[in-house]
Amino acid sequence: MDALTLARLQFGITTVYHFFFVPLSIGLSIIVAVMQTFYVRTGQERYKSMAKFWGKLLLINFAMGVVTGIVQEFQFGMNWSEYSRFVGDIFGAPLAVEALVAFFIESTFLGVWIFGWEKLSKGTHLAAIWLVALAANVSAFWILVANSFMQHPVGYQIAESGRAEMTDFIAVITNPNVLLQFPHVALGGLTTGAFFVVGISAYHLLRNRHRSLPMFQTSLRIGLIFGLVAVSGTMIFGHLQGQRMADTQPMKLASAEGLWESEDPASLSLFQIGNEQDRESVVNIRIPSLLSFLTYNTPDGLVHGINQIQAEYEQQYGPGNYVPPAIWLTYWSFRAMVGAGAAMALLAVVGLFFSYTNRMSQFKWFLRLLIAAILLPYLANSTGWLLTEVGRQPWIVQGLMTIDQAVSPNVTPAMLWITLIGFTLIYGALMVADIYLLQKFARDIGHEDPQSEMSSAAQGKNQAPLKSTY
Amino acid sequence: MDLQTVWFILIAVLFAGFFLLEGYDYGVGILLPFLGKKDAERRVIINAIGPFWDGNEVWLLTAGGAMFAAFPHWYATLFSGFYLALFLILIALILRGVAFEFRSKDDNPRWRALWDWSLFFGSAVPALLWGVAVANIVRGVAIDADMNFVGSFFDLLNPYALLGGVLTLTLFTLHGALFLELKIGGELRTRAQGVVKMLWLPVTVLALAFVGYSALETDMFANLTVLKVVGLVGAVAGLLFTGAMIFTKRYGRAFLGTAITLISTVILLFWTLFPRVMPSTLDEAFDLTIYNASSSDYTLSVMTVIAFTVVPIVLIYQAWTYRVFRKRLTVESELEY
Ligand code: HDD
Ligand code: HEM
Ligand code: HEM
Repeated sequence: MDALTLARLQFGITTVYHFFFVPLSIGLSIIVAVMQTFYVRTGQERYKSMAKFWGKLLLINFAMGVVTGIVQEFQFGMNWSEYSRFVGDIFGAPLAVEALVAFFIESTFLGVWIFGWEKLSKGTHLAAIWLVALAANVSAFWILVANSFMQHPVGYQIAESGRAEMTDFIAVITNPNVLLQFPHVALGGLTTGAFFVVGISAYHLLRNRHRSLPMFQTSLRIGLIFGLVAVSGTMIFGHLQGQRMADTQPMKLASAEGLWESEDPASLSLFQIGNEQDRESVVNIRIPSLLSFLTYNTPDGLVHGINQIQAEYEQQYGPGNYVPPAIWLTYWSFRAMVGAGAAMALLAVVGLFFSYTNRMSQFKWFLRLLIAAILLPYLANSTGWLLTEVGRQPWIVQGLMTIDQAVSPNVTPAMLWITLIGFTLIYGALMVADIYLLQKFARDIGHEDPQSEMSSAAQGKNQAPLKSTY
Repeated sequence: MDLQTVWFILIAVLFAGFFLLEGYDYGVGILLPFLGKKDAERRVIINAIGPFWDGNEVWLLTAGGAMFAAFPHWYATLFSGFYLALFLILIALILRGVAFEFRSKDDNPRWRALWDWSLFFGSAVPALLWGVAVANIVRGVAIDADMNFVGSFFDLLNPYALLGGVLTLTLFTLHGALFLELKIGGELRTRAQGVVKMLWLPVTVLALAFVGYSALETDMFANLTVLKVVGLVGAVAGLLFTGAMIFTKRYGRAFLGTAITLISTVILLFWTLFPRVMPSTLDEAFDLTIYNASSSDYTLSVMTVIAFTVVPIVLIYQAWTYRVFRKRLTVESELEY
């Protein structure tokens, strides 16, 4: 394999891996903060146990997000040095701001939260977890500002040196792309946190042998409410993103739809087997006019096909291949994401109905379904990014720089093999350790049975599992 | 002063903060398996830096982000050039970061030993390699006309850089031992004092050797500027002060001494570079300087406004955390729970 392919593989693997942990941190930190707010407001130990139980899972996950993020911070220089030289003026700024305004707060106050249960007043301690939750979301905003520049460059000019230079910082941070991408991603994170809480609560309701049952009933309901709100929001913003894509990245939309030829009115494909060599579809089941409707809110309207956009781009940018490398991947990624979203919305509605009619425990199959549904947001998040990033190819910065111009010229395939194998092995091993711990603590509610805690808290005992966090 | 110089100074400040803060927690990680004999002792040692290490690490991340924003060519040349060295550092930081969180989550002694050693290697490797990297930057590496590093990984392992690495490794360990002396009590504290006494002389000798070697390998002593003299005097005086304070058992001041040495070392090295950021050994014309490596003035001014607003706030709340967690930790205080 050549250096470019290896660099892409390595970057793709490490980044998808980072984003395996990120959404849960973004979402669960908010949910834990809300639970702790209930505790501070009502003084009920039940909410304290909740905050501590979910907080511990958050911490295990957070650690993985942090260490994989460190790799990301340096990867642009390592693998994509030409890219870094070209866009550093614009791209480096949000990264630096992210560290300054988000990572410092996140890391400092997470430490305060972990070690401060007994040392701080309730209010200050609550403020710490809220700061962590807000900073996690702020950090998402800044990194997405950077990413949005790659999808839809704004606020720059090409200088004499050939580098892109920033001309308008406000334009960069109010990029229309990020204004939709940020809510979609942040709400996707909240969805992840919510379904995580829902699934694990469902597990405990099924086991049904703890006195802590009320805690998980409440958790389940909180999770379902958050889940419904968040997934609906995610879908609304996703829909708007699709409409924008028709305008700014028509090739990505066409590849998400596997639409080879322009159509007016355009039909929405439900199932397709395509031939990427000849750029045509072999089997295609579709709903007439629906794609036009989704794109323009009217039953007709021209949606450009891959072949036409390719011809257009050749005129605009010169000869070359402007078709993303794997249409099957963008096509099925899109369907997986939307499908997972729809499934979660349905589960949340049904779940809330059962919960408010107090019939949840009668439907064991449904509780089992909720456990399995923990995987859905992960599927949606990963496939969402695959669509966004693979659909942008061959551009690394849409319309300005292609991926083959971006790779570090002095990094050899041998070096890339070493790091590719090294990162993959260590990430694999850590995934095993992480899942081992998560399932251990997700199952084990140990000494933290809320009833027993109330009495023991008075004696200042039985805090061992929390105190020994480290 | 032009904006490029302002950003050069800011990045120096971030590196100084990183050396000063993460320096002690690398040191504590290195000492962990040797000072902590029993499990409870190890937990006390880890808890001493538990609330701080991640905030300290962000100084490095910010330095990286600031380099990217202000001097994109520096960021690109350095990290694509020192590729494998950086890879090793990253692996170490990954292991170290999860070790803090994972270690005490299972009672199995082998699980704990695994993460204790991860903490050790995860601290020792970067403590060594950052020294190697910085020494190489100051000494100069093979950079071609396109600003790309064209040497190999093994070129980075020259004797001068290795000496730099051993120096940071031992200096951070001494700094960490002093930090522990201040943060923990009982038997462990006595052991930390033992380490301090043992390490001071070798570190001082290494530091002097490094200064001497720098005279041969770098232009540290060519046109001595005021700041270089300040850095040089501070670095040496800091260590001597530490020695005197150790001798009179005033460990708080001894820690101040190593802190002064670390900050002064960054000043010395950065002003040996200035106005270059990565000299080339192939041709002076290929040197990366703060001018040919920098972002546009517009980006630099935007970032200046942001940095000058945010950094003071960060300093305030980080200082506040040291107040919150100022209590000395002992094995007994942990076992009450
Ligand atoms: C939409 C959200 C999002 C996205 C797309 C990314 N990250 Fe991330 N990152 C976070 C959201 C986040 C977070 C929620 O803020 C994390 C996860 C857990 C955590 O501690 O912070 C984090 C951690 C994290 C850290 C460690 C911070 C610390 O020590 O506290 C770094 C250095 C990065 N990230 C850098 C990156 C880079 C360079 C990315 C680009 C490829 C990236 N992240 C993608
Ligand atoms: C965390 C969520 C993200 C995921 C899961 C993700 C995933 C991916 C994947 C799979 C690729 C490979 C595409 C291909 O080669 O065909 C890629 C490419 C890329 N992404 Fe992302 N991405 C994420 C966020 C970001 C962000 C926030 C940035 C910038 C700030 C970014 C910058 C890049 C760059 C520079 C490439 C080019 C390298 C390449 O194409 O392989 N990504 N990403
Ligand atoms: C009906 C449901 C949904 C629609 C129509 C939708 C639409 C989209 C579109 C069009 C994009 C690409 C944006 C671009 O590249 O410019 C995208 C990306 C993405 N989606 Fe969705 N989405 C839906 C549901 C979900 C759900 C439920 C999640 C997660 C829980 C999710 C997570 C993501 C992520 C992480 C990305 C990549 C980041 C981005 O570009 O925004 N999506 N989505």
